[in-house]
Amino acid sequence: MSIPLSWFIILATLLFGIGAFGVLVRRNVLVMFMCVELMLNAANLALVAFARSLNDVGGETTVFFVLVVAAAEVVVGLGIVVAIFRRRHSAVADELSEMGG
Amino acid sequence: MTSLLATVAIPDLLVFLLGALLCLVGAVSILTVKNPVHAALSLVMTLFGIAVLFIELQADFLAAVQIIVYAGAIVVLFLFVIMFLGVDREEDLAVEPIVGQRPLAAVLITALMASIVALGLVGHFEVGPATQTGMLHGGAGNVADLGRSVFTTYLFAFEATAGLLIIAVVGAVVLARRNNPDDHVAESQVEELA
Amino acid sequence: MNHLALPTVSYAALAPILFLLLGGVALMVLSALSRRPLAAGTVTGYSVLIGFGALISALAEYGHVNGAGPSSTVASAIAVDGFSAAIAVTVSVVVILASLLSHGYLRRMQIDAPAYHVLALTSASGAIIMAAANDLVVLFLGLEILSIALYVLAALNRRSAKSEEAALKYFILGGFSSAIFLFGIAFTYGATGSTNLQVITRTLGEGVAAKPGLLLAGLGLLLVGFFFKVAAVPFHLWTPDVYEGAPTPVTGFMAAAAKVGGFAALLRVLLTAMPQLSTNWTPVVYSVAVATLIGGAVLMVVQRDAKRMLAYSSINHAGFLLVGIVAATSAGISADLFYLFTYSVTALATFGIVTMLAGPRDDDAGIDRLSGLARRHPAIGAAMAILLLAQAGVPFTTGFIAKFSVIEAVVGHGSIPLAIIAMASAAVAVFAYLRLVATLYRTEDIATVDLGYDDSLTDGPAAFAIGLSVVVTIFFGIFPAALLDFGRTAVAHLLP
Repeated sequence: MSIPLSWFIILATLLFGIGAFGVLVRRNVLVMFMCVELMLNAANLALVAFARSLNDVGGETTVFFVLVVAAAEVVVGLGIVVAIFRRRHSAVADELSEMGG
Repeated sequence: MTSLLATVAIPDLLVFLLGALLCLVGAVSILTVKNPVHAALSLVMTLFGIAVLFIELQADFLAAVQIIVYAGAIVVLFLFVIMFLGVDREEDLAVEPIVGQRPLAAVLITALMASIVALGLVGHFEVGPATQTGMLHGGAGNVADLGRSVFTTYLFAFEATAGLLIIAVVGAVVLARRNNPDDHVAESQVEELA
Repeated sequence: MNHLALPTVSYAALAPILFLLLGGVALMVLSALSRRPLAAGTVTGYSVLIGFGALISALAEYGHVNGAGPSSTVASAIAVDGFSAAIAVTVSVVVILASLLSHGYLRRMQIDAPAYHVLALTSASGAIIMAAANDLVVLFLGLEILSIALYVLAALNRRSAKSEEAALKYFILGGFSSAIFLFGIAFTYGATGSTNLQVITRTLGEGVAAKPGLLLAGLGLLLVGFFFKVAAVPFHLWTPDVYEGAPTPVTGFMAAAAKVGGFAALLRVLLTAMPQLSTNWTPVVYSVAVATLIGGAVLMVVQRDAKRMLAYSSINHAGFLLVGIVAATSAGISADLFYLFTYSVTALATFGIVTMLAGPRDDDAGIDRLSGLARRHPAIGAAMAILLLAQAGVPFTTGFIAKFSVIEAVVGHGSIPLAIIAMASAAVAVFAYLRLVATLYRTEDIATVDLGYDDSLTDGPAAFAIGLSVVVTIFFGIFPAALLDFGRTAVAHLLP
């Protein structure tokens, strides 16, 4: 017999919880993004496990859409990080020139 | 343990344990490592573990997509940005957390996880009626089922992802564009006015 | 099995979504192909036209549904009913007003106008998709289309560091709540075997499982995801910072479109897919509504910044909208539809005026900046006063009718204590609004302080949009019957 559904769901819940905890606790923005990705993946695992258990295709198809969402989110999120970094970077440079002058 | 071995085939058990171990070790090390590059590599480990579990669940195609898209594209994007910004600049990116959120987060999330795990352990996971969206075959037959469902049941969702991709493209261009020189001139003028 | 039967598509029913989405794509292509940057005026006009197209097609859909009754299209993924048509009308009006309100701002701040409008149009289409979604996966995609575009829009003000930080905060908490929502979808799918709302309600109708652990976990996670999106207390912590930091016209758009989309989806999921679970979700929504009403009103009083105050004001409004959900009757839903429409119009115009006052970098909306506004610029001051009084729920404005009909619905449902709390919350909020109105009419310091906003006050399109909103607010405040009937008819044709 194959692995019971509840094992997968408990594992997915643990991963989800670790991810959620990471988002709330870690201070590095990039690591926070990674924790959000972890949460999305936990949901994917749950969806595929349910799909197999229900013998239904819906859960597995949903995983595709989650992939697209994750990709779009990462692009925009990293874009915001890069924009902020650029500003901070130039702000540091401004301070330096002020000190020199 | 004997009852476990009686109900679950040993190869299945081994694959599951391997996948679960990869996932959990990766996830915990994302939380604990200091260096964001190491965190990204831990994320790859978790994603790989999930792909292993997908294979155990006979979702072969999704396992491949998981590796190609997540590990191959998304994590590489993360790594690219980390390298681009310089790893020693972690502090620069720290945002202020909301006051008192850490203990609260720990309590809330532990409670949530404990309740769901407890529900699972006492067998309260009762699933709905089977095969409502469409039949799902295991292994290789899987791809045809997925394709059919994307272009029938989930056709609108499929088309809607186009909207998401447009936003991602426009968003990336808008956010990553350097401020043009005119902007700087205007900005300094504004500063003088202020 | 070799033949793939594509589902039938009713393009007329999808027209509002298609107008906004394809309008956005066409604008993107046009601006990429044109040699010179498109003039700001052209882009604003284009965006307003697209908004009108969506509005007319939404009204046509509304008329069609009135005759033919509710149905669904594209393999039952999209609901074609009065409710989605009414929300499409609201979102189209938001698009038109928001385009006009942003025109002068984009020019002053030298923000790339086509990019802004592409994102705003796409984002608005996400709100309509959320309202019309008859499938949790489609709902999730609509939510993401709405939110991801808003993250980018929030970062557009390059002159203020607060803007990008607001975008980052919004992004992280938005992504977090989306993930929670998705986990809820996974559990609901497991418990009911489908993501389609009608299949879910059919399965639930056949009897809730003896061990509904998964189902309740799914419901709980979905609710948390929704509460984050609509900024209900205690999931509102991101709201003040994001509203304060985002470019002010974007804040207005966010306050209107995100709230409309979020509440429309919440109403549809709870009342059409999961009415069988109402004994489970009513206590949760009830307590969150109480917390939101009280928290929003009390925190609004202590704010020193107009944008933060309006953020708490929008939280307070979310409390009233939740009261309509607790009522869970068709009166409650139609009251919420009226509330969403009128709130969107007043909130957009209020933020439109704040845009004019927020300084050359759009980073200072301290309440002091509003001091004596009505003495310097009587027309704009009066408009601001009327909009604030409307939000406070003063009679002869739409705000009064909206709050009254929500409370009436919940009294009809029998929740007298909630009605009393709502009225008390409204009374506390009135204090905060009146204080701001009094600031507008202060006489000291007028001549001595130069706030440097006189330029931005001569912004034609924005002034026109604000005037229009004031007219709508007063007209439907005095003659609300037509709009209330519109909502009731819409709810009568709700897809079961």
